[in-house]
Amino acid sequence: MLKNRSLIDPNDFTREEFREIFDLGHQIIADPAKYSKSCEGKILATLFYEPSTRTRLSFETAMLRLGGQVIGFSEAASSSTAKGESIADTLRTVECYADIAAMRHPKEGAPRLASHYIHMPLINAGDGGHQHPTQTLTDILTIERLRGNVENKTYGFCGDLKFGRTVHSLVKFLSNYEGVKFIFISPEELRVPEYIREEVVRKRGIPFQEVDQMEPYMNQLDFLYMTRVQRERFFNEEDYIRLKDRFILDKEKMSYARPDTYILHPLPRVNEISTEVDDDPRAQYFQQAKNGMYVRMALILKLLGIY
Amino acid sequence: MSSTTLPPATESRCSYLNLDKADYNVALICNAYSQKMGKKDIIKINNVIDINYDFLGLIDPNATVNIIEEGKTIKKVKLEVPDRVENIIRCKNPRCVTSVEHYFPHVFHLVDKEKRSYRCEYCDDIVVPYPVK
Repeated sequence: MLKNRSLIDPNDFTREEFREIFDLGHQIIADPAKYSKSCEGKILATLFYEPSTRTRLSFETAMLRLGGQVIGFSEAASSSTAKGESIADTLRTVECYADIAAMRHPKEGAPRLASHYIHMPLINAGDGGHQHPTQTLTDILTIERLRGNVENKTYGFCGDLKFGRTVHSLVKFLSNYEGVKFIFISPEELRVPEYIREEVVRKRGIPFQEVDQMEPYMNQLDFLYMTRVQRERFFNEEDYIRLKDRFILDKEKMSYARPDTYILHPLPRVNEISTEVDDDPRAQYFQQAKNGMYVRMALILKLLGIY
Repeated sequence: MSSTTLPPATESRCSYLNLDKADYNVALICNAYSQKMGKKDIIKINNVIDINYDFLGLIDPNATVNIIEEGKTIKKVKLEVPDRVENIIRCKNPRCVTSVEHYFPHVFHLVDKEKRSYRCEYCDDIVVPYPVK
């Protein structure tokens, strides 16, 4: 039963509960009109303490396409946070107005903290370099549409794996499934955090490699998940400049990949995928963004207990 | 009166119990004979004090607390590495929400009993507050 639950971490729901969300997501894609009035009279609050294009618009569009309405703010400066209000007080106030909320915050764990102070469903829309569970829903729905299921596949993750919250959430999620293997491609400084490598991957006995080259591993992958090196996560600009263009996926590197290796990216993309790759049918990142809206529609419906 | 039995490195650990500031009698006995460990250290506290067993178990899970009344041991508490600790450890991750909001408990969950490592409830950062020596 997902009604009135919050999604803060990919381990908050069981496999069966996620299955319900994905099944509904596929049904919405098949017949979106059927759901266009499902959320009439309901309000979603989007509380974005950090800039976002895709995630915020995706949540807002999802609610509007369900017939609901949206309130919220898109940066901390335009909220009472600028006056020094605590996260707990902001959320308790918003709960007076809205039925469900999506929250993004630059500090890790902020949505978990907020969830302790409210009763309405809260969705973590990204917390610093920590987790981004609804991007994971997006990724999984895309994987299922491309290859049927997530099991028995090799996933490559490339770029900033240290601060890449989408990677952390996706690895956590995939680690619950049989036959998955991971290849982590990154500079040494941007490897996956210890809690992901030791407490999630190694503890569950999942085969993985940590490497610093792309080409030799391209033909082993079912999916290559590219990520951006995020300037906003670095305290030191020099480190960012040194690392930002370490891995760039271009046509030449794509020639090493199999015909059925799909490229995913949570977006926004900067330089890490050359635009010449966009026309390759294996590049699925824009379709992925569209799937994100559908799966968020499914999540909202489930957490509100409408479906 | 109560006495606490701790292995070596006891003296520095007395400060965690604020015994260095105590206004009652505290006796420290080093290298006493122990059947189990060969030798042990004993802190004898001549007072009724509140002991946070989670805190003490975190510092040294091998310690035993003996509660003594009128010369007799009325209770023995075998300490353990706690599964969850609240407001004992602080998260050092500068990106953690605990670095900017200060009105809620700092909660950590045990990850590895042998290493005594803990995970921050909010940011998942792993810390080893009192490394095993």
